[in-house]
Amino acid sequence: MTRETTDRNASMGRNVSVDYLADRAKFVRKETVRLSRIAGAGHYSSTFSAAEILVALYYAKLKIRPLEPNWPDRDRFVLSKGHAAIGLYPILADLGFFEAKLLDDYTRLGSPFGDHPDMKKVKGIDFSSGSLGHGLSIGVGFALSARMQSRDHRIFCLLGDGELAEGQIWEAAMSAAHFKLGSLVAIVDRNGLCIDGNTEDVMSVEPLEERFQGFSWNTRRIDGHDLGQILATLDALPPPGVGPPTVIIADTVKGRGVAMMEGALNWHVGNLVGEDYDTVMKELDAGLKPTTWEHSQ
Amino acid sequence: MTGPVEDNASQDQADFFTGDGGNALIASEKGTPAKRMPAFVLGEELADIAETDPRIAVMTADLASANRTIEFQERYPDRFFDFGIAEKNMVTAAAGMAASGHIPYAATFASFLGLLCAEQIRTDCAYPKLPVRLVAHHSGISMGFYGTSHHALEDLAMMRSIAGLTVVCATDAALLRSILRTSVDHPGPMYIRLGRGRDPDVYDAPPIDFRLGKSVRLREGSDLTLIATGAQVHPSLNAAEQLAANGIEARVIDMHTISPLDAEQIRAAAAETNAILTVEEHNITGGLGSAVAEVLIDCDRLPFARHGIPDEFAPVGPPAALYAHYRLDSQGIAARALELLQ
Repeated sequence: MTRETTDRNASMGRNVSVDYLADRAKFVRKETVRLSRIAGAGHYSSTFSAAEILVALYYAKLKIRPLEPNWPDRDRFVLSKGHAAIGLYPILADLGFFEAKLLDDYTRLGSPFGDHPDMKKVKGIDFSSGSLGHGLSIGVGFALSARMQSRDHRIFCLLGDGELAEGQIWEAAMSAAHFKLGSLVAIVDRNGLCIDGNTEDVMSVEPLEERFQGFSWNTRRIDGHDLGQILATLDALPPPGVGPPTVIIADTVKGRGVAMMEGALNWHVGNLVGEDYDTVMKELDAGLKPTTWEHSQ
Repeated sequence: MTGPVEDNASQDQADFFTGDGGNALIASEKGTPAKRMPAFVLGEELADIAETDPRIAVMTADLASANRTIEFQERYPDRFFDFGIAEKNMVTAAAGMAASGHIPYAATFASFLGLLCAEQIRTDCAYPKLPVRLVAHHSGISMGFYGTSHHALEDLAMMRSIAGLTVVCATDAALLRSILRTSVDHPGPMYIRLGRGRDPDVYDAPPIDFRLGKSVRLREGSDLTLIATGAQVHPSLNAAEQLAANGIEARVIDMHTISPLDAEQIRAAAAETNAILTVEEHNITGGLGSAVAEVLIDCDRLPFARHGIPDEFAPVGPPAALYAHYRLDSQGIAARALELLQ
């Protein structure tokens, strides 16, 4: 554990071990379960699928300064799938953006923390989200501003896969390539499920690589729960100058980490209480086991 | 008034677009009879502002020539972005720019900005209180025979119900310049509604005492008050002259800012004049008339009417014919005022 020795106001880009990141992903999942109980409901499974992506970005890759949240040269992160905010808040608290005990009143009347993140209320949130389909356009605006200001930070945007049915995503994809926004990196949390079922049954999004390639994007496809792969892919990004934007399609498992939630439709929103709560916490404590569920592509 | 346009006489009027023909008090810089089209000053004014302010950026959706933002593009190509026909992406990207320290002006037809992008305006611009300037031109029925897809008769109702969004209508080119100059350091987002962007002049020059939310009393009178906004201010002034010929003196107010509304001016009109008629190029549901009525509900009872587009979609027609059809030209406004007073 190197957390205690991290200079919290230094630019990130830290050398952290995969073991450390795996521990932080466990922390994200457990906090999601804890906070959901306070709210009485939570987006468990959409957050679990993104846990490794979030920790790899925040603990290893993003150039950020928790004590200077508005640092103009910081990397930007847009949580376009805003319903995974419950997994991001604990990371921001852990890194020192705000006091962790503030989360104890998660979603209570007057809390800065809602199911979807509010940039005006929560330090470290680069843009408010919740309405799916908007985030990539925000990223386009961030990238154009960076270019006008001659800054070389990157803009990361985490998209849900069901969200890709929104037309505005493809307006943004077209414009990002047109404006040659090489600083823009989209990551698709390809967990396979939207609320009504498998994306390929509800509104098919595949073939994703070909679709983004058709929009003149660089594409990568990885295992979104393999921290080594995530880090290697983030480390190998092309330089953030004038050039094609990059999309990382991260194949994930919705609900990853809790067997009864993996690939299950009925855990998009849920509430764990009583014995179920304790059982799930124990299961998470034990760490990730191989998943038995695989979504069709 | 519903049904097809029966009287096409107004289609032959001198000013095809305003419907006010030869009666238009189009001011001319050099005092020559004004028949020329007023300039669309948007791009030029923004470029002038950008000269000393690096935060200004301009974007449009495949209408750079139509709205003259091309003049900005020519002077500041690095701060101009044509998003093509993708308005929602443009508005949300503008919000991203505003969150990065820029002051973006996003311009396109009102129908595709206030209506198509209503949710992006609410969620991405207003909710985070970002200084995005949404320039909605060709509002109302000014697109005439392009039809309902290109009309915007609902945008004021939608925009003024969004918390923290300043909604302002440009009376003419001079007032547009005032609005744009004031907009630079105005906190929060703005919806700036234009007519065709080439509307007849009401002001000789940008008023130096212009303030958002502070309406302008353009004409004095105590028999009634005409409260107009945007491109309807000019024909309302002409209507007041026609009423004066009938011995009726009308106060005329340019209510350029719809939100926040100048309630003080409305209460004064209620106290000091005998009737109030609102005049707007908008559905009478939810627009200026409704906003004024919300203030008047707390005032003593007085004759009040909303003049605008009834709750219907406008027929196709040249703009001038449509203005006549809806009695939104000066003769129509004067006639409606007389009805109110009887």
